[in-house]
Amino acid sequence: MRVLSYDAELCIACRICEDVCSETFFGEADAEKSKIRIHDEGDGLPSASFCNQCGECISVCPTKALYRDKRGVVRLDRELCVGCLSCVGFCPSLVMFWHADQTVPDKCISCGICAQDCPEDALAIIVVDEPPAPAEPYRSV
Amino acid sequence: MSERAKAARRVLTEFTYEPAMPQKGYTGRTLYVNLSDATIRAKEVTEEMKEKFIGGRGFGLWYLWHGVEGDTKWDDPENEIVISSGPCGGITQYPGSGKSLVVSISPLTEVVIDSNVGGHFGPLLKFAGWDAMEIQGKADSDVIVYIDGTTGRVTIEEAPDVPVDSHKVGHWLIEDMAETEEDRYYMSAVAAGSGAEHSRFGCLNFSFYDRRRKEPRFKQAGRGGIGTVFRDKGIKALVVKTDPVRGDSNHPADPERISRVGVKMHKEIHDYDAEQCRMRYRGTTYLVQIMNDYDLLPTHNFQYGSHPDAPKINGEVWENRFTQGIPDGCWYGCTMACSHAVDGYELRTGPYQGETVIVDGPEYETLGGCGSNCGIFEPWAVMEINFYCDTYGLDTISFGTGTAFVMECYERGILDQEKTGGLELNFGNAEAALELLHQVGRGEGFGLIFGQGIRRMKDIFVEEFGADRAFLEDIGMEAKGLEYSEYVTKESLAQQGGYGLSNKGPQHDEAWLIFMDMVNNQIPTFEDKAEALHYFPMWRTWFGLCGFCKVLWNDITPPDNDMTEEPAKIPEHVQNYVEVFAGVTGREVTREDLITQSERIYQFQRVFNIRLGHGLRDHDAVPYRSQGPVTVEEYESRQERYDTQLRGDLGLDPTGMTTEEKVAALREYREDQYEQLIDAVYKRRGWTQNGVPKPETLAKLGMDYPEMLAVIEPHL
Repeated sequence: MRVLSYDAELCIACRICEDVCSETFFGEADAEKSKIRIHDEGDGLPSASFCNQCGECISVCPTKALYRDKRGVVRLDRELCVGCLSCVGFCPSLVMFWHADQTVPDKCISCGICAQDCPEDALAIIVVDEPPAPAEPYRSV
Repeated sequence: MSERAKAARRVLTEFTYEPAMPQKGYTGRTLYVNLSDATIRAKEVTEEMKEKFIGGRGFGLWYLWHGVEGDTKWDDPENEIVISSGPCGGITQYPGSGKSLVVSISPLTEVVIDSNVGGHFGPLLKFAGWDAMEIQGKADSDVIVYIDGTTGRVTIEEAPDVPVDSHKVGHWLIEDMAETEEDRYYMSAVAAGSGAEHSRFGCLNFSFYDRRRKEPRFKQAGRGGIGTVFRDKGIKALVVKTDPVRGDSNHPADPERISRVGVKMHKEIHDYDAEQCRMRYRGTTYLVQIMNDYDLLPTHNFQYGSHPDAPKINGEVWENRFTQGIPDGCWYGCTMACSHAVDGYELRTGPYQGETVIVDGPEYETLGGCGSNCGIFEPWAVMEINFYCDTYGLDTISFGTGTAFVMECYERGILDQEKTGGLELNFGNAEAALELLHQVGRGEGFGLIFGQGIRRMKDIFVEEFGADRAFLEDIGMEAKGLEYSEYVTKESLAQQGGYGLSNKGPQHDEAWLIFMDMVNNQIPTFEDKAEALHYFPMWRTWFGLCGFCKVLWNDITPPDNDMTEEPAKIPEHVQNYVEVFAGVTGREVTREDLITQSERIYQFQRVFNIRLGHGLRDHDAVPYRSQGPVTVEEYESRQERYDTQLRGDLGLDPTGMTTEEKVAALREYREDQYEQLIDAVYKRRGWTQNGVPKPETLAKLGMDYPEMLAVIEPHL
């Protein structure tokens, strides 16, 4: 499966990835709409939150709107989604995001655009057999 | 719709309308259908209705009040069935927001019944353009009512091809009415069944399409016999169809506010359900073991509160039987997902013997009623009864409590095989219980007497079989004519009131105070109990005004709930509802406002009961079996407990007293306690000592409508 990988040692927390993601999918730079979030408390290495394609959300979805595509990426069929946000509360890494501007949740689909624009090559798309361990959830809901 | 379905039916009436989605939770219109003269029209939902009656049960009561007279009976054409979800019904972000309330005059109680139910009909009705559906009149021959919200068309149609039993109606809906797989997603039917035609405790099944099982599923508006009214009106099915549901279909005032609190609740369930009630894995069946452990699980017609065989039907058993890993919510977004099912069950008896079916449940009440209360501890038997009650359109609570009653009558010789037509109704005889159930379905034999419910069976047994009236009054577990739901209340005075002082009859959805009272001793005085019997019935009423499910309030609790000032109220969850209600309607409210909203409806319903000829103090009487040990063997089974009470509370020395004397002394004491409780509760609720809401109580709530004051005036 295609997943995004992140190297905290290389990351400088410039947050270009957040802007790129948001611009790509929403046409505006708004970190609150990005499907990758960089977290930097300034007291150590930064961290990143994004989907590791584990697929736990698939079994929670009441409408089968969430599915795994041929590349192993967990995708949302917006036509089937009823916007219940069950997947948001049940995501073990809290990386199924929602925003008040839209009625459906959103997640990283391993498109790799953020990796292309990462100035430090801290992000990359890799192909793996099993989902990598999820990052610790950092935000509260 | 398939060609076959089209060809089989004749449209009697067609009504077209402009479909409109709700705004801030309301469409502003009610669909009125009269089956006697086949008329359909729209009624306006007024601002006054939204302000004072909110929706759901409130709207049901409002329409019913205006549709009937004081002498209207359940089977008069004027009686109505009103279905309404409520302003928050149909939101998807907050779990447990798809409930509907159904209101009618009950064949069992002859007063107002309100019954809450999941399934998709209520929310889809709103998304088809209607805040409520009000059905009056009777059809000459069986009909369906079809609400097509995609085209704005409502029809009453003759329906010879439509089956009666609910699971068959479900298949007719998805196979004949739906043209595509996607149609199935956004269609729902309401149906009853053949048992509802032959009994007074018919229920309604509300369907939803299970996208993973690709089968119809059902939730039941069980209590009070509304399925009986439904079939008496000649309705086989109500069907609704809508455009696809979206996250903003309810068009709330502040979607973000709802989403924020909804996600918080989803996460709370994710984090704590597995270690708390395990509702996601076993639903309400978790209660069986707890009730058994606390001597609260009704056993052998409420004689006892526990049984050594209870573990055979407890939550652990059902966790293994229920298919796991499926989001079994009865409306979108319910991550509590307690609507579990047993898949691939092969029926052993009855007209559908050999069919492989889905059993929706069993839930706790069915296990308590049709299981332990009847001494039945075989899972297959409970599943079989569960399935047939549902598809015949029968309430499993009334069926279970009623069967327990006739089993005790049989064991005590009040009934025998001659009187039952050969049924050996001993406790534990699952085959006999099932045959009784099929007799109700077929409308045959002893099943017809049984179908009248406990109150009328008592009359029949006295008049025709020479039974002792006083003893039947003691052991027949009904109040107001409604069969008890499945909790033993002997050691909880507050819950005796929770059942007895309810508007519709003894149903736990109004008050459940046993742990507060009996286990935790948090409400020791009459005033404390009266306060609880004010707050909790009002609070629980509120769910049914808005479209919410009670389960999400207290079958999961925040981890720090015990640290709050009033943990029994679960303040954080109450605040969630404040947020959601305001987020949907745009009306800012406080926690206290929610209670006031409910109290208006509660007082209205009490006055409504008085208008229908009941609702006074004598209407709040309960059978002694709910208060204490009726028989010597009941007393002696818990002798230490009762002797201790004689010593401590009555100042009697039980040494040297016969058990009969002790039973009598305890009874005198406990009956007096109940009367004192009534005094305190009436005072707290603002009623006279005869149970009549005082004019000043109604005035304070803005409910001093002249027609309500006219009802209470003769009783003041």
